[in-house]
This record gives sequence, structure tokens and C-alpha cells, in this order.
Amino acid sequence: MWQLTSIELYKIFRRPRTYISFAAITALIGAVQLGLKVDGQSYVDFMIGSISSLEIEGNILNGYLICYIILQMLLVQVPLLVTLISADMISGEANMGTLRLVLTKPFSRTQWLLSKFFAASIYTLLLLTWMACMALFGSMLIFGTDDMMLLKSSYIVILDDTDVFWRYVGAFGFAAVSMVAVAALGFLLSIFSENSIGPIVTTMSIIVFLTVLSTMNIPFYNYIRPYLFVTHMNNWKEFFDVQVNAENQSLTGTIQNSSRIINSIIVLLLHIVAFVGAAVVIFKKKDITT
Amino acid sequence: MKHFKPYIKAIGKVFIVFMVAMYTYVNAYTQDMTPLVLKVKAKLDQVNSYTADGVMKTDIVFIKAPISKVKVFYKKPNTFKLERSGGISLLPKGGVSINMSNMLATTNFTAFAAGEETIKGVKVRVVKLIPMSESSDVVLTTMYIDEANLLIMKAVTTTKENGTYEMEMTYGKFANYGLPDKVVFSFNTKDYKLPKGITLEFEEGAKPNDANLLKNKKGRVTINYFNYVVN
Amino acid sequence: MQPVIEVQGLSKHFGTFQAVNDISFTVLKGDVYGFLGQNGAGKSTTLRMLLSLITPTSGTINIVGQSLSENRTGALRQMGAVIEKPDVYKYLSAYDNLRLFARLSGIKPTQQQLMQQLEMVGLAERAKDVVKTFSQGMKQRLGIAIALIHEPSIVILDEPTNGLDPQGIADIRNLILRLSREMHKTVVVSSHLLSEIEQVATRVLIIDKGKKLVEGDATTLFDPAQAIVELTCDNPNAALNVLQQSQWPQYLQPQRQSHIVLKMHRNQIPALNAFLVQSNIAVYSLQPKHSLEDYFLQVTSGAQHVATYQY
Repeated sequence: MWQLTSIELYKIFRRPRTYISFAAITALIGAVQLGLKVDGQSYVDFMIGSISSLEIEGNILNGYLICYIILQMLLVQVPLLVTLISADMISGEANMGTLRLVLTKPFSRTQWLLSKFFAASIYTLLLLTWMACMALFGSMLIFGTDDMMLLKSSYIVILDDTDVFWRYVGAFGFAAVSMVAVAALGFLLSIFSENSIGPIVTTMSIIVFLTVLSTMNIPFYNYIRPYLFVTHMNNWKEFFDVQVNAENQSLTGTIQNSSRIINSIIVLLLHIVAFVGAAVVIFKKKDITT
Repeated sequence: MKHFKPYIKAIGKVFIVFMVAMYTYVNAYTQDMTPLVLKVKAKLDQVNSYTADGVMKTDIVFIKAPISKVKVFYKKPNTFKLERSGGISLLPKGGVSINMSNMLATTNFTAFAAGEETIKGVKVRVVKLIPMSESSDVVLTTMYIDEANLLIMKAVTTTKENGTYEMEMTYGKFANYGLPDKVVFSFNTKDYKLPKGITLEFEEGAKPNDANLLKNKKGRVTINYFNYVVN
Repeated sequence: MQPVIEVQGLSKHFGTFQAVNDISFTVLKGDVYGFLGQNGAGKSTTLRMLLSLITPTSGTINIVGQSLSENRTGALRQMGAVIEKPDVYKYLSAYDNLRLFARLSGIKPTQQQLMQQLEMVGLAERAKDVVKTFSQGMKQRLGIAIALIHEPSIVILDEPTNGLDPQGIADIRNLILRLSREMHKTVVVSSHLLSEIEQVATRVLIIDKGKKLVEGDATTLFDPAQAIVELTCDNPNAALNVLQQSQWPQYLQPQRQSHIVLKMHRNQIPALNAFLVQSNIAVYSLQPKHSLEDYFLQVTSGAQHVATYQY
């Protein structure tokens, strides 16, 4: 199994397109960091302008907040970069014509498919690790660390600077699960197509469509929202909210809605299992006619 | 607010006239409290400057903040600074900078008695303080003064820009200098603008507390001081 | 000879389209088995079913004694194949492609072994070049090297000469002969061109519209003196009766519509005619179909009614 997975990784990392994603992330994060380094104050003014009745002191625009801003922006784009590879995993082979040569080799289709999915997942994880390095460690280096102030939609959270890093570890872990779910969807769609554009566009369309549905505050959509996996993808933010005691003091090391995170992780994992399971079942019976 | 000034002044004058009239009948309610306030001020003025460490708890319904260490600096006549040691602090505007000495920085005020009360078992004189300066942000301060020890136990300050604050002091070792061990600032957060999700948060049910609670809730910042260094 | 591929009643539907219809055949060890048919006759579908790329609608396939459906991996280990175009990873070199497919097959050949393999197909000098720069013929040879990398006993080549120049075609032909004669592989090779099959095959299967037409020994099939004779007469039933009670029944083939079909040497046709006339059969025509080539031309020219003959 690992043998097959390593072959797939070898193929992924021998292709120039793989590195486009890493370059894109580097460029995007660099651009955000440069922008905030040059003119961060106006961003902060804009951000705290809405809470004019409070006096805010301290280094608000520190590495922790910047990583949050970047994550918030990029976790919308990263699915595209993940899809670029995962939705190409099978369809790309069909398109190149290598699928029929590969599948005449003596190994089981299920194993091959799973190893391909693992390879796509490893690529996804590497992409996120790279993102974490750039967005978190990069920002921590450039902007330093301090308490992290977050404006939620109706309240403000201040996290002690010693209480932030582990939350990022959790958030990136969560993001990894949600991105693997995206990869799984792209992967499933890639078995139906003989070119990679179709599944890439379809995967992105589904994600954009569901995201729009899940953000529209219309009662009808509120019923279906909990069942859409994209709704759960945003819940990495739950790591950045603390519980408070009766005196409204935030309790270091706590998470306000840990059950929401666990619930989302379960939903996302179920989606991954369902997408990959469906891919295996369908692909095992699939006639290779390309 | 400025155009109210003449009226306030006028009302003040009428009030004084009224009180003078009352003086003949009810001695206690017309008493000029300026000497008492000046005595309190004199006690506070013993201190040229001080620094202190403190632990600050912020209890504002829409803010989740950790307990944090703070440092305060005071220098006569009215420099007061509160710093969170290497962190971010969110405080009501102007509120926490109003300390005792600050309030009594000038002698340009009118003070008169408004009765007696008991706070924490201590009998206190209620004194209304009206600054005479046009530029003062403070409109009215009501002080609850422990006459025997010359300590301000409680102060309610109404400002033009920043609403009404209440400060409650608890004294300990530094009572001789008129420096409290604990100060509780209370203020009304009813009119506070809440942050609007600039972060494009899609979270639902994010409200930590009931909206009604939010309307009624008073904000409170509690600072426990220790390690006073007095000069 | 031991059968290495046994196919029984193989059919495949794609929706309402019947691509392969009840085909049975056997490939024996050491055969160069020619698979002949027009484009779209069902050759590729049949070969893909042998390799489990396509799941049959019905029928059984045994590879070296084991059922393909029950032991897919074991069966595939016995086979190496190039189906249609030899598509490999264009961004990798010939060497890297070969190594990758070797590892996919679960083996780790040494650098020397890989180079030997490339040498066998004449690509040693271009080993390190990316495949993108290769000609069609070179890709085809690389495809064959890849098919052989896990040392299968059966090699399946689907239209290996498609799109090649005459030199390329000759190279592939020689390679097939080497595989068979020197390396003792069983080779299944498909083509829509009789001439190609004729030059390499030891046994031949012809299919059309998904149906098997002829299976037989190449030496017999390609013998120009052998003829399929179609007899048209006034009373086919009487003629058949007469023939069955004479010295001719061993030449009879399955009847097709009003024709009686016989397979015989051309020299025997006048004697047959004389016998029929003596037996009071009014012979309208006795038409010899010249050998397989005629037959195949008839098939490929789109004749509507072609019977199944067993040679």
C-alpha cells in the first residue's frame, strides 16, 4: 500500500503544476504580510472603528492576528488548490491514457485507488503545513506575538498570548480534515471524467454553491445548513473562542463550543468516508474504455 | 452638550440660591463641603507619584478577556496611566484614567453636602462636586467620603462624552496615602456599539449571552492593586 | 499444448449496444494469437475484458488456469499488455517510466535490469529523455518494455502498429517474433490488417460486430489453395441429403441461408460438381471463396451475411 502511495506521491511531485499551489500560497501570504506591514494601522483603525466606545491598547496587529486574517482569506482559496490535484488524480490518468496501462498491472484497484487518495491527502497536508509555516511562523517572525484580539460578530475575544499557539495547532488540524474532505469530493468526481477540467470545475462549483447556501441567512436554508459539509469547514474558528466563568473572565485553555468542533469533525470525516467509499465502489466496477 | 452649559450653570445658580434659602431651615443640607473635599485632596497630595502592580478583571458582557496583570503610574498633578504588561487591553474610554487625584486635580469646583449614607458599614458623607471649568469633561461627581479617615469610598462621575462611571474603593495598607487596594469601575454598556463582523464570520448562534441581558448589563472592571511604590 | 487463455461465452453490452456477443476461444501456450477484425468489431473490448479493464456482462475468462474474476491480481501477474496507444507519463523519462511501472507491478529491478529491458526495445540510448520528445514508434516500444517488465508469460498487444511508419511496423513485427521465438512468450496481437497478422500469427481469430467468425490455425487459414465453396442449387435440402450420403460429408460446413457451404481444396471442385449433376441436383453456382484473405475482405468490405466457420 505504502509502495503504491509513494509512487503516486512521486508522480504528484514530479509535475510542475504541483508547485504552482505552493507558489500561489507563498505569493498570497507574502502579499498580505507585506500589505499589513506597510499599512497595517489603517487596517486596525478600520477594524476597531466599530468599537469606538472602547479604548484599545497594545499590539493588536501581531503575528497571531495576521495568521488568522490570512487563514480566513486563504481557506476559501485553498480548496481550489487542493482540487487542482485531487480532482485530477483519476481523470488525469484517463486523459493521459495511462489509466489502462496502469490498471493492467497486478495490484488491486481498491488498493490503488486508496493509495491515490492517500497521496492526494498527503499533498493537501503538505500544502497546509506550508501554509502554516508561512502564515503562522512567518507572521510570528515578522510581526511578533502578543495577545490576540478577535472581533466576533457580536462580541470581542481577547486571548492571552500564551493561549494562542495550541489553538492554531488545532485550527490547522481541523483545516486539514476539511481540506481532505474537499480532496475526497474532487477525488470522487475525478473517476467520472476523462479530463481534469470537468471534475475541478464541478468540485469548485459545488463548494461555491454550498458555501453560498450555507451563508445565506434564509430560514429555508437554515434547515439544510447543518447537513452541508461546507458549513462545517468554517468551524476551525471555534478554536479561537474561550469559555468564561460567572464573572465573565475568560478561562485560559478552554474552547467555547468544543462540541461544535467535534460535531464538525465527525461530519467531515463521514463525508470523507462516504466520498472515498463511493469512489472505491464505483471505480471497482468501472469499465476502462479510454 | 455645550449648549446645555448655560442651563446647567443657571440651574446650578438657582440650586445654590435655593440651598442658601434652605440654609436657614435645614443646616445639614446646605453645608459647603469644600473644606472636607480639600482635606481629602490634601491627603492624596501627600503622594507625588506612585506605581503599582495590579490584577485587572474585565467584566463586560461582549468582551471575553483573560485576567491580566497591569501596571499603573501616577504623577502629580494628573498623570495617570494604566498599562497591561505586554498585552492588549480593552477599557471603556476615559473611565479608568479617572482616579481620585485626577478628580480632585483642581480646586475649581463647588462642593456641597447631599446627606449621609452607610457603605460597607462605614458612615459616609455624600458630597456633590460640580467642576467650575467649562472645559471639564466631568459634569458631576458624587462622592461618598469616610469623614473620619478622609477616604473616598465611592464616586459616581457623570461625563459629557463617556457616560456615567461608578468607582468603588476598598482600602488596606495604603489607606494612609488614600490609595485603594481594590477599585471597581462600573459603567453602563447599554449604549455601546458592538463590533460589526468585519471578519466575515459566518458563525451562527455566536451570541454569548442573551440580548436582553446585554441591554441591562453593566460593565465592570476590577483592579486589585499591590506592590505600591509611593514617593 | 497447454491452454493459457480460455474464454467461454464472453459478452459485453454497453447499454443497448452489444459490443461483444458470446465469444469463445482458447489461446495455447506459445501461440502468437492473431486477433483480426474491423475497427469497432469488438477486438479492443475483448482484450480489455481479458485484462479486467472491462467487466464482462457474461462469460468466463481463465488465465493460466485461474479465473480472472476470482483472482484478478494473480491473473494479471501472468499478463503484460499495451492497449491501443502506448500512453505513459510524458513528463517522465523512459527510464523513470519503466521503473515506475516496475514498482507498480511490485518488483524492484536494478538499474542494469531496467537498462537491459530498454535495450531490448532499442531505447537504451534515449533512456534519460522525457517521453514527450519520443516518436510514436518509440512510445510503442517503451509500452512493450513496460508490458514486459514484470516478466509475464502472456503479452497482449492491441493494434501495436497503429500510426507507425513502415520502419516502425517492421520493428514491432520483429519484436513480436522475438518475444515468441526467443523469449517463449505467448503473444496475443490484434489488428484490423490481415497482412500484419498473416506475417506473425500462428493461430487466428476473426471477429465482426462482436461475433466470432473464424478461429483456426494460421497455416491452414492462410493456405491459398484452401477454399470455402458456396453451393447454390434448386433444392438445397435434397442436395444436402445427397452429400451426406456420399464421400463428401467431411467437407460440409454449417449451412447458411439457402447456401450449402463446403471447405475443400480447389482441385476438388469439378469432381463435386460432377457428383451433384449425377445426383440430379440442378447446380446454379459453385463459388469458391479464395482463402482467408477473400473471406476477410468480404467481412471488411461490409458484406451483410457471413457465416461462422470452424477451420
